[in-house]
Amino acid sequence: MPRRDDISRIMILGSGPIVIGQAAEFDYSGTQACKVLREEGYEIVLVNSNPATIMTDPDFADATYIEPLLPETVARIIEKERPDAILPTLGGQTALNLAKALHEDGTLERYGVELIGANYDAIHRAEDRDLFRQTMEGAGLRVPRSHIATTMDEARDAMDDLGLPIIIRPAFTLGGRGGGVAHTKEDFERIVRGGIEASPINQVLLDESVIGWGEFEMEVMRDHADNVVIVCSIENIDPMGVHTGDSVCVAPQQTLTDPLYQKLRDQSIAVIRAVGVETGGSNVQFGVNPETEEIVVIEMNPRVSRSSALASKATGFPIAKIAARLAVGYTLQEIPNDITLRTPASFEPVLDYVVVKWPRFAFEKFPGADDTLTTHMKSVGEAMALGGDFKQAFLKALRSRELDSVPILPEGLDDLMQLVVVPGPDRFDALLEAVRRGVAEEDICTRTGIEPWFVRELAEIARGYDPEAEGLVRTFRSVDTCAAEFEAKTPYFYSSWERPAADGVTQHEAEGSGREAVVILGSGPNRIGQGIEFDYCCVHAAQAVKDAGVDAVMLNCNPETVSTDYDTSTRLYFEPLTLEDVAAVCKHENARGVIVQFGGQTPLRLAEGLQNLGIPILGTSIDSIDLAEDRGRFGPLLDKLGYQAPAYATATNAAEALVAAKEVGYPLLVRPSYVLGGRAMEIVYDDEALASYLERTGADAHGGGKEIFLDRFLEDAVEIDVDALCDGNHVWIAGIMQHVEEAGIHSGDSACVLPPHSLSGAMLDQVRQQATGLALELGVVGLLNVQFAVFKGELYVIEANPRASRTVPFVSKAIGLPLARLACRLMLGETIEQLDLPEDPLGGFVCVKEAVMPFDRFAGSDALLGPEMRSTGEVMGIARDFPTAFAKAQAAAGAELPDGGTVFLSVTEGDKVLAGALASQLHDLGFRIIATRGTAEAVARMGIPAQPINKIPEGSPHIVDLIQAGEVRLIVNTPTGSGARTDGWEIRSAAVASGIPCITTMAGGLAAARAIAAARSAAPEVIALQEMHAEAAR
Amino acid sequence: MSTGYLLLEDGTSFEGNLCGSEQGSIGEVVFTTAMSGYQESVTDPSFAGQILAFTVPHVGNYGVSAAAMESSRVHVRGVVMRRAMNGEDASSAEGGWIDWLRDCAVPAIEGVETRSLVKHIRNKGAMRGGIFSSETTQDDALAEIGREETMSGRDLASTVTQTEMVELGPLGPGTPVRLAVIDTGIKDSIVTKLRERGATLELHPCSVTADELRAREVDAYFLANGPGDPAALDSIVETIRGLIGHRPIYGICLGHQLLCRAVGLETWKLPFGHRGANHPVKDLVTGRVEITSQNHGFAVRGPGGSDTVDVDQPVGWDTDFGRAELTHVNLYDRTVEGLSLPDARCATVQYHPEAGPGPHDAEYVFDRFLAEINGEVA
Repeated sequence: MPRRDDISRIMILGSGPIVIGQAAEFDYSGTQACKVLREEGYEIVLVNSNPATIMTDPDFADATYIEPLLPETVARIIEKERPDAILPTLGGQTALNLAKALHEDGTLERYGVELIGANYDAIHRAEDRDLFRQTMEGAGLRVPRSHIATTMDEARDAMDDLGLPIIIRPAFTLGGRGGGVAHTKEDFERIVRGGIEASPINQVLLDESVIGWGEFEMEVMRDHADNVVIVCSIENIDPMGVHTGDSVCVAPQQTLTDPLYQKLRDQSIAVIRAVGVETGGSNVQFGVNPETEEIVVIEMNPRVSRSSALASKATGFPIAKIAARLAVGYTLQEIPNDITLRTPASFEPVLDYVVVKWPRFAFEKFPGADDTLTTHMKSVGEAMALGGDFKQAFLKALRSRELDSVPILPEGLDDLMQLVVVPGPDRFDALLEAVRRGVAEEDICTRTGIEPWFVRELAEIARGYDPEAEGLVRTFRSVDTCAAEFEAKTPYFYSSWERPAADGVTQHEAEGSGREAVVILGSGPNRIGQGIEFDYCCVHAAQAVKDAGVDAVMLNCNPETVSTDYDTSTRLYFEPLTLEDVAAVCKHENARGVIVQFGGQTPLRLAEGLQNLGIPILGTSIDSIDLAEDRGRFGPLLDKLGYQAPAYATATNAAEALVAAKEVGYPLLVRPSYVLGGRAMEIVYDDEALASYLERTGADAHGGGKEIFLDRFLEDAVEIDVDALCDGNHVWIAGIMQHVEEAGIHSGDSACVLPPHSLSGAMLDQVRQQATGLALELGVVGLLNVQFAVFKGELYVIEANPRASRTVPFVSKAIGLPLARLACRLMLGETIEQLDLPEDPLGGFVCVKEAVMPFDRFAGSDALLGPEMRSTGEVMGIARDFPTAFAKAQAAAGAELPDGGTVFLSVTEGDKVLAGALASQLHDLGFRIIATRGTAEAVARMGIPAQPINKIPEGSPHIVDLIQAGEVRLIVNTPTGSGARTDGWEIRSAAVASGIPCITTMAGGLAAARAIAAARSAAPEVIALQEMHAEAAR
Repeated sequence: MSTGYLLLEDGTSFEGNLCGSEQGSIGEVVFTTAMSGYQESVTDPSFAGQILAFTVPHVGNYGVSAAAMESSRVHVRGVVMRRAMNGEDASSAEGGWIDWLRDCAVPAIEGVETRSLVKHIRNKGAMRGGIFSSETTQDDALAEIGREETMSGRDLASTVTQTEMVELGPLGPGTPVRLAVIDTGIKDSIVTKLRERGATLELHPCSVTADELRAREVDAYFLANGPGDPAALDSIVETIRGLIGHRPIYGICLGHQLLCRAVGLETWKLPFGHRGANHPVKDLVTGRVEITSQNHGFAVRGPGGSDTVDVDQPVGWDTDFGRAELTHVNLYDRTVEGLSLPDARCATVQYHPEAGPGPHDAEYVFDRFLAEINGEVA
């Protein structure tokens, strides 16, 4: 059946900011869908609040809205754009919940918008735990015995019936958020309470435990003619009890007999039919008891997901693309297999290699957080590896993790085994070590429930299995969906270790085209500080290289991203980002050069090694990168240019550091060198604090040549970020951003506004001048990011990064120019002049970026903000004025500005006058004001009533108590000084966890007040990027 | 394990380690892309005369068990793998795979770069080859290979057929019909699927005559799967011609090819066959696409002599036995996958609805066969 012609305009909902459980995979899916649907001739209206995505590039849709993903906002977009249909299955849980809300509030009906790709009933049947159970039982399938509960008493009755351990799943939450496994009564009480609160319908499902059973997933697709195919099977090596997102997985499944596998296949088909997903993909999860061969259906996700991105990359079968075509009326048979070109998509891929997926955690960022893995997802990203067999794939997966430090394993065997038995991030490292120390394989199997097949293979790895040592050669094979049955025109490759052929010729399948090739290094698995923003840059780089008539060769190991979509580049190598693996690809490709600027720290760490191997680095030289990063060299450079920097010193041990601190002065920022996302940085106010920090981080232990940096911290400074392009001779400033956040928060975690709203023209000129000076002096070819601070009217350079920064996508969206692509053109030899860039690309618009925090995932952690980056993602608000843009960004980040209620104020001495003005505005708007004593007094002097409340150190009831009790709707807190600063972070964390906006500058506070006032007269305008850029161009 | 190699008749060789019986063997080298069901595959009589290579990297993960036998013994001449696993400690294993291959004296070789092998076969076609120990020189090996007959024109069905008639009763209630099977190497799964549905089966040697079969008190005839070239089985084709119209006839795989030849269609040798569990087959009557299990080296040509069916509707024509229709097509290469003789009440499929190994999408075919015998479906 040909595609539907009765619809012409389709709205696609994105998944919003990256959060744990919902990440880059939806950018990949959404981008694929936009591509194919536009190819099919449909008009696309895209809504996503996350600017760090390829899908929100204005090229991908006809109207792109970077707006909050809230029902009232989307309703206004629907009213303006009048789409015929809405496709909500490519934006994760966020999009599905949003579609549900729009259905329930009548918006879809009012505007005649049809839901395609999923229907509301199917979503409901899959996601409402009770209805799911009934649906499965109706289809003759078994689900774990369960009860639903909406109160603690109901939950306790369920526990009496099912016993312990018991699995708790809140209905309609993302990534199992709010759920967990309870082994004890105490756990039970805590998790159930949290789960009922976390569920939007206050419902939890309590499942009998099938902990220890094997866990399998199937990715299934169905078309409207009821043809169903299984795209991929995935086996979790960690048995049931660990969320699939946190498990080490293998594809295809390895341990099921054919009859048992076929039963899972039959049941997957039955599930997708019973739930009623009419077209598209779904993920079905099963528990299988290996002894009895009983099967239970655990859950099903009636939409594209993290697993489907993994399945697409593991098999080469582009699920989201096909799902989009199915949604508009094609059948699987009518869609060609992209890879073979001559066979249809109505088939099931077969693999002649093994895939291992490894979850990436970031527990080191959240000290004190419980790192036990349960049913509530905690990983922040994942890596994938393909190999000729399981051991090869597993070894590659270990390399792909890009751990910042080798896991420290305990000396004692009992302690070691504890790490093996209780699932945690270091489980498999501990398992390998346990084998080395002589623990019997049977013992490991019995105590962990891991299938013997895996334990045996891992034992061989532990005992030193090394393919290279066996004389095997690295061979680049292709992913072709058909195990070589058909000739594939695929540009997707991986390496396996193989015997060379009898004639000695290695059997490479990756061939050049005859054109030159440039290798682009990706950013590896997503983790805090290293995420989708860099992937965005790499994808643009690939486009620029292709545009220049050169083959773009992408190298990355992250299955979630657009960069590992084989459409993005001329050739894709899915390989670990290690020196050896990268060098092998560069050599094989005979690359003209390699681009290390766009993948964050990961490629930068490899740059020198690659250069030493004779592989040219394109763009800014390694020496220049070092010049910017090595304090010992950067300091003199600044002196030469006559620019100021905060006082600084370096030390190589604790004693030196304490001495150096005297020169630098307090407060100061202390950190180790070559840092990722600011890890292990801290602001200290005196010797005692510094000494404590040095001891805690083992400054002397970590010594060995690695330096400790001490920088004077400029309290109350205004921080500025600048992104610029340079061709070596000329510089173009792309954007200047002012942080709407107290200094001292890592810039990745800060809210910022473009253009700056409170800097004088003279200061901005000085900023431009210094950024330009730095770019030229550093010899930048490509991108440069500089962070400045304005302190007491003077400009200071904080740091310069001659590479793509995290703000590149945000700035690119704001100014309507693809910065990474332009930078890449410079790296390939064009000049600034040739790029023909405009003077003032922004026009009259204001853009605000706000960061999104994962604190709710890390219960138990001192989840404080600080100079160490902790955000997982970002959102953007666009408007014609700062207050409105700010309000949109807050709303998009899940902290919508309130219309009334109680506001908490606590400001530093210097802000007390402004605080009075702010309080006055808020009071007039009808807010009740509470404040810490000093602020309350200042406000009262203006004639505004303010109730004093305790600071945290003054004892309960204090402000955090009130936040947690839900009594505060808005916070404006501008702390200075050690105590206030620490309190400030605790307040902010509590606010984030409760979804309350917490503003840390007076500028932000005043903007918020104005936005609240403005919202009372009219809802903010929704603006498409295309409109915004067209207007700016005029 | 001693070292060895797989040598193809065109001189291409692949090194590996001998396992299983660690002996040599010659046969037609073919590959399957099925990712599970290795024991079912090697015990499938259709593989007689063949050396089977698996594309999946690990073979033997869950050991062996009696339940996975598709016949009473191993029929492949040899097994080629990238990684042979014993799998004896899997819950359902009654023994280890490598141990079992050795116990059954099956020649096998592992450590072979199977993807390179598959690409070679794909490009050059299935060909004769052999597993040899490193001690055998390539010249000697080639000579041995040369002495093996090619698959074209080979009657292998008579090597796997019954020696005398065997009767098997029903395994469940259902449709208590009686079927006479021309046993050219029937798989246990087919037998089981029919018996589970209430049928009683008579398995006849494939040398059985039309007269003998017409004399049987049965409700229908069944044409089984099997090894070898259908063009070498003219005697069976003649037998079948003597049965059409007399009673309903159903068949799978080789059986389908023989019925097609019986109504005058030609068969031809596919370049490298269809072997796997993921082939899409379209039912041209209903429009539904099924994922199927396949194992055949020969295919049927359409009534005009074409290798492919290029339309998405049944292709009908008249034969000596009344109306005939091509009912199913393989969506990979548009080859014929099903035949129906509506007037004569005959229907056959090229693929394997019984799976073993493979998907169950087409299992309803057995229900349909039996229902039609009972006159329930026109």
